[in-house]
Amino acid sequence: MLSKPNLQLILLFINPTHMFKSIITSTLLIFLSFIAVCQNEGRSIPDVTVKQLDNSSFQTGDITNDGNPIIISFWATWCSPCKRELNAIAEDFDEWVEETGVKLVAISIDDARNMHKVKPYVDGQSWDYDVYVDPNADFKRAMNVNNVPHTFLIDGNGHIVWQHNSYAPGDEDELHELVEKLANGETID
Amino acid sequence: MTTKLTCSTLLLFLITSTIAYSQDGVMDGVEIHGNFEVYAQTYNEDSIIGAPNVPEKSGVNAFGNFIATKGSFTAGVRIEAYMPPVQGFSNNYGLQPVGAPYRFAQFSKGKFDITVGNFYEQFGNGMILRAYEERALGLDNAFDGLRVKVNPIPGLYIKGLVGNQRFYWQKSTGYVRAIDGEIAINELVESLMDKKLRLTIGGSFVSKYEAPGIRNFEYPENVASWAGRGQINYGGFSFLGEYVYKFNDPNSDNHYIYRAGQGVLLSATYSQKGFGINLTAKSIDNMHFRANRDAQLNDLFINYLPALTRQHTYNLATTLYPYATQPAGEIGIQGDIIYKIKKGSALGGKYGTTIQVNVAIINSLDTQQITSPNDLDSEVYLPNDPSREGYKANLWTFGDKIYYRDYNIEIDRKFSKSFKLKTSYIYFVANTDVAQGTALGKNVHAHIGVLDGLYKVSKKHSIRTELQHMWTEQDQGNWAFAMVEYGYSPHWFVTVLNQYNYGNPTKALRVNYPTAQVAYINNANRISLAYGRQRAGIFCVGGVCRPVPAANGFTITITSSF
Repeated sequence: MLSKPNLQLILLFINPTHMFKSIITSTLLIFLSFIAVCQNEGRSIPDVTVKQLDNSSFQTGDITNDGNPIIISFWATWCSPCKRELNAIAEDFDEWVEETGVKLVAISIDDARNMHKVKPYVDGQSWDYDVYVDPNADFKRAMNVNNVPHTFLIDGNGHIVWQHNSYAPGDEDELHELVEKLANGETID
Repeated sequence: MTTKLTCSTLLLFLITSTIAYSQDGVMDGVEIHGNFEVYAQTYNEDSIIGAPNVPEKSGVNAFGNFIATKGSFTAGVRIEAYMPPVQGFSNNYGLQPVGAPYRFAQFSKGKFDITVGNFYEQFGNGMILRAYEERALGLDNAFDGLRVKVNPIPGLYIKGLVGNQRFYWQKSTGYVRAIDGEIAINELVESLMDKKLRLTIGGSFVSKYEAPGIRNFEYPENVASWAGRGQINYGGFSFLGEYVYKFNDPNSDNHYIYRAGQGVLLSATYSQKGFGINLTAKSIDNMHFRANRDAQLNDLFINYLPALTRQHTYNLATTLYPYATQPAGEIGIQGDIIYKIKKGSALGGKYGTTIQVNVAIINSLDTQQITSPNDLDSEVYLPNDPSREGYKANLWTFGDKIYYRDYNIEIDRKFSKSFKLKTSYIYFVANTDVAQGTALGKNVHAHIGVLDGLYKVSKKHSIRTELQHMWTEQDQGNWAFAMVEYGYSPHWFVTVLNQYNYGNPTKALRVNYPTAQVAYINNANRISLAYGRQRAGIFCVGGVCRPVPAANGFTITITSSF
């Protein structure tokens, strides 16, 4: 069963074909140029089924906030920087909501190992966020998230206008400024 | 292979252009998005830490997802490259340097969702079926086939699928056919819509077909499995349970016995503002369920059996004695409590304090051997005897062998606007012979202490330090760990860390594992460069968490979403 792939492997080493590289490079280039063309407008939130904390289904296409900004933050109970970020925002979140009407949607990517710990953690930390669980990473994939934490900002028209991977203390201040901008009707470059 | 790749590429262009040109305007309303990652490593031989002499001196793993969406229609492809695979990843990835093993087209509108090509899926808790990817670990058992999801009436969700599973660059020889139904009672019965009591029930049926094997056995060509589950929520209370049963499935993991497999997962939760508690129990018996009966390691699993232990993030706790589920048989319970002491109280301090306690107890299942594995493996012993049962077990009884113990507490306190401290204590009892396949012949008792301090120097500048220590008299003895991480929001991270096995009983193995890393982040793009020695495990540095294999050399990681 193994002989055929092994032979292929050996052949590849003897005769490394450069064709792969050129095909890949050209494919990537063509796509990247497509993307450059298509990226002038932020995409909308993809519609994927996730779980609410009571285990019922929820469609991510239904995430709305009456024309106010929305933050979507991907996190996990085992991800320290994620929890640092969401706890840092939680400290002043009342003010954020009062000033800007913003809503924060926290998407936990915890799988079956930890998903039952999400609700106790969220309640334990007294977060005022809309929390959903994405146990098989369907929404994570649809939003093209590589690693957590990954934070998105959605404008009043439902378009993704900004995103950021990782968390450094102080990032919440930048996010706050951007949310204020959106609430004031300004655009984000 | 070239033909294969060209075909996939062509297919994608076909799909893309169909979307683009069949509509009024060229590319009108088409959203193209995706992400990519490059993970490259150079290798220095380092026999002390077990980093081998790698003739090619470097490895590169890369992938890019390209997805086009227009209205209800989505199509995508993932191109993967392994030139050659980074150490720690299966050599099977090296059988083809570049290819497009994942491509799909999906139509999703209202109550229908149809996918052809590759897809990931999970039924219930995954104990009966879960196709998923963990790219950083090289795990990917995606289906290739067809999936239909229907929501015919409110509250009723039905999913059906057929497919082979991904086996690196090949496919499983076994086919999987599966159906899952879930009823959300409160959505189904309109008068119950706003009731506090929420009830969900569900059930799955999964069947695998595989042609008879080459060995001298009566193989069931079709292996069936079913599962039932339910969840009740009332205010802050929640109870859930899932039971899975698998009909006889002789395979290489169970020494080709005819014994049926089963598993159960029970969980109870209560939470309110500032307090949460979760208790979970799990028992598993003979639940290796793979698309090929002779598959090994992490290959071709149809189901997923979650480990019932805390997923630690501190270096010494994740990299040295982690636990892995034993699908052959295990029984365990886990408890988790979180309590937030109020701000302004005497104990809570000005900013409040959070305490988390977690306990996990896992043992062998209580079993009595009927036929010894050696006799079963000899193949001359009762090859076609339907009584080839192997052993007897009681799903509800703890066996006497300790597999794992984890007792841990974490206290997180903010002392001032600029200083936070997290203190942890972890005590493991690890049967590494079972979880990691070692031959120590005794359990490892390890105590770990952690001090994790975060000092916010100014609005954008912060310094985080971690001091960790592990005390153990078994295996490799004591370890010390220190890390300093400087963060400059929102773009930069500089991290320096060292792990030191100073207590190793063998003097020559008292090794330092120093690593330095710089990371630059710009929106959804991140690039990091690291140099040093690293142990395998989940690393949470530079603002993200990812699992990494053992290495000595440079590591470059680039991730981007668009």
